[in-house]
Amino acid sequence: MARTNVIGLERSDYKGRPSTLCPGCGHDSISNQIISMAFDLGIERHRIIKLSGIGCSSKTPAYFLGGSHGFNAIHGRMPSVATGALIANRELRAIAVSGDGDTGSIGLGQFKHLIRRNIPIVYIIENNGVYGLTKGQFSATADEGQNLKYYGKNELPPIDLALEAVAGGCTFVARSFSGDAKQVQALLKAAINHHGTAVLDIISPCVTFNNAETSTKSYPYGKEHEEPLHDIHFIMPQEEITVDYEEGETITVDLHDGSHIQLKKLERDYDPRNRESAIILLEQAQREHLFLTGLLYYEEPRPTLVETEHLSKTPLITLDETQLRPSADVLTEVMNRYK
Amino acid sequence: MVVTHEQIKPGEIHDPIVNDFAFTVATKNGSGSQTSNLVLIRSLFKMGIPVNGKNLFPSNIKGLPTWYTIRVSKDGYTARRATTEIAIAMNEATAQQDIENLPSGGVCILPQEWKWTHNRDDIAYYEIPVKETIKQFDIPTERREQVGNMVYVGAVAQLFDIPLDIVHQGLFDQFGGKEKPTKMNYNIIEAAYKWTAENIQKQDPYHFAPLDMTNGKILITGNEAGALGSIFGGVTVAAWYPITPSTSLIDSMLDYRNLRKDPETGEHTVAVIQAEDEIAAIGMVVGAGWAGARAMTSTSGPGISLMSEFAGLAYFAEIPAVIWDITRVGPSTGLPTRTSQGDILFAHFLGHGDTKQVCLLPGSVAECFEFGWRAFDIAEKLQTPVFVISDLDLGMNLWMSDPFEYPDEPLDRGKTLTTENFQQFYDEHGEWFRFRDYDNDGIPYRTLPGTDHPFAAYFTRGTGHDEFAVYSERSEDWVKNMKRLRKKLETGKSFLPKPVVDTAASNTVGIISFGTNDPAVQEARDWLASKGMGTNYLRLRALPVTGEVLDFVRNHERVYVIENNFDGQLHQILRMEIPEDTRHLKSLALGDGLPMTPNWIYDNILEQERQ
Repeated sequence: MARTNVIGLERSDYKGRPSTLCPGCGHDSISNQIISMAFDLGIERHRIIKLSGIGCSSKTPAYFLGGSHGFNAIHGRMPSVATGALIANRELRAIAVSGDGDTGSIGLGQFKHLIRRNIPIVYIIENNGVYGLTKGQFSATADEGQNLKYYGKNELPPIDLALEAVAGGCTFVARSFSGDAKQVQALLKAAINHHGTAVLDIISPCVTFNNAETSTKSYPYGKEHEEPLHDIHFIMPQEEITVDYEEGETITVDLHDGSHIQLKKLERDYDPRNRESAIILLEQAQREHLFLTGLLYYEEPRPTLVETEHLSKTPLITLDETQLRPSADVLTEVMNRYK
Repeated sequence: MVVTHEQIKPGEIHDPIVNDFAFTVATKNGSGSQTSNLVLIRSLFKMGIPVNGKNLFPSNIKGLPTWYTIRVSKDGYTARRATTEIAIAMNEATAQQDIENLPSGGVCILPQEWKWTHNRDDIAYYEIPVKETIKQFDIPTERREQVGNMVYVGAVAQLFDIPLDIVHQGLFDQFGGKEKPTKMNYNIIEAAYKWTAENIQKQDPYHFAPLDMTNGKILITGNEAGALGSIFGGVTVAAWYPITPSTSLIDSMLDYRNLRKDPETGEHTVAVIQAEDEIAAIGMVVGAGWAGARAMTSTSGPGISLMSEFAGLAYFAEIPAVIWDITRVGPSTGLPTRTSQGDILFAHFLGHGDTKQVCLLPGSVAECFEFGWRAFDIAEKLQTPVFVISDLDLGMNLWMSDPFEYPDEPLDRGKTLTTENFQQFYDEHGEWFRFRDYDNDGIPYRTLPGTDHPFAAYFTRGTGHDEFAVYSERSEDWVKNMKRLRKKLETGKSFLPKPVVDTAASNTVGIISFGTNDPAVQEARDWLASKGMGTNYLRLRALPVTGEVLDFVRNHERVYVIENNFDGQLHQILRMEIPEDTRHLKSLALGDGLPMTPNWIYDNILEQERQ
């Protein structure tokens, strides 16, 4: 009999429809980690909404959490749809999947404003530096100087979406590699418990159009060059924090719901709780072509939009007619003001 | 009757003209004259005289010319008049033109300090000392320009008989019951009134006189009415981006949402979110509507252009949304502060591919209120976007109305399955599929995110899908879905506001119009009737057009389609909808940026009828 989680569901209960992406696509690996994360954490499927824009990455919400409502919106404009849905029902938790075209070009504005409003959402960018569905154009995250079959040399510098997120005031910014399942999994678990926008920029190779080892978005390059900043462990609220590392070797970040992220230092002495260091690190990574992964930046979350807007604690969609329609006497009183 | 003035020389003895004329106040934008104009309107309204004000303003913060026209009509007419008899010329840059525009027998009120040359002998000039009057009072420098506008209020009150106590009430109301500004401004009004009484010899026939025609009535803008209607319609999410002339709708909502605020916690039951652009605004509306909110946005033409992709998605993914379009003149930035009915064709078909959007067409402030709440019911019952197409004239100008009627139907959430009733549906049908037509009316059942049932989830997409909401590129699935959408729209026609039809007069000449043309059409019909030409009238209140409209077209020898856009867009829509010969359907399309006048309608119908 298959293993069940704390709410009695099997891992297969968190699956979606079969993927139609290319065999070996990095995105499928991320979908699998989302399934595992939801299973491990015992997430109630009806409390999750899955959202996406347009592109290969944006097809994936159909391939995980079939028991959750999903919305494949329009190109680059999923953040506004997510914003509306989460204002309407503040009890929902959202997993959004986007790509580097969807977020880095057409949707850059909405991406920045999603962060600015601190919409509570796991915002995954499946970043492969290339447009897949339209057959291999450069995206805005493509390497400068890179060559592609039909489009020649890319003369423009890449947009670093993690850096954009930090600059935009995002309180949870991570970079990962779809080939590093364990890290993706730990980051997803932390991200879904974050009180605000959590951006995961996950390098997710396109095996069809951008997997040459010279590309920094390829499997061979990632496997060779990935430098995790730390080992990440996600600790559930009810779990005890066991310290089996030397003092000073770990950083523990307390999340809003009582869970924790434990970061064990590796070669670099990096504390993600400092915005200036995060920016310096990302600048250095870009300059020196370093593929640094892990939790790049974390800060105590700001209030989310429903809080800054002082909205009803009861989700707006559950308000009833007596709360939504003032009485006839109120209308009469308003009419008297205009007489 | 068409009012044509005989040659009246100032000072000659003539019959008084009471409560049937118009005056225009010409000022500089940003000078604060709006307050003075609103005080005048409120005062006349308090005297019981039917009144209407129209603001003709520039796209500018400060300095460019602006005109405010107030019409009083003992017969209750509220349309814009082709001429105004009195000019209050307070802007030197436009004074020459303002004076030239006056009809013979007209009146010009202007500042004494200009020492203006009187180059017309067929009008009366009344020169009032604006600067000198303000000097008598200790007024802070930054307030002087605005308060200076009260001088003409005092002069108008004296010259045309508005009692000072009524002006005081109007002022008090305009300042929201605040004593201090009321007093400061009233002092000026009183001084100007006295000076005028002592120094000006009245040489014109125009008078206001108390009537009892505004008893119980209200004076309100369409945008305020729309916002109020939305609040009574249970709006929970309003996302928007600032744009003239729709901004005041959301501004009003920010006031009215306090009617629904939790008195203990101060928490809001409607989120009003200023988005980063109109695309994000409608994106939020679509997301919120999908999640079960009553969501709306308010915009104007350029915003409608930006919203087209999401409008198509919402139509195809069957998500309720309410979109107000307070129309201004396009294409492009166009005339952003002038009125138009030029978005009707675009909005009706907004979205690429085969899209036909539901549009409501309010023709009065009362309908702005009614459609404000009703639009949500229609959107949820049909699971589709509903456009409410108002315009600058209706939205931003003050209109008289009977007090609004409280909604006579409870909120209708349509075929929405919740955690409570999903299982019941499932037991009855043994299944639930999002896009299956269970009731043979084209309208499927929807579930909302958060529904706690293992079979309640579905995947919403703008891509081709079958009735199970699964991605499909099969032609059969596509066509089947499009046919169901068409059937849904047919069903929806019965939910839409019916046209208002008056067929008492004639089966020869019919008029079809919509929106704010109504007062001009009504007045023009009276003028035509007085010439022995009775007309029937159908005022359209929704799209797609219904059987009543087609019958009206078929039952008349000639039908004039009167609209305030350049291309005759409603005329085009009607010709599309009517399969037979439509040569008797004549287009009278104006589109000059101004509210329509009865004169234009009367002249054009008469001319065509003579042929």
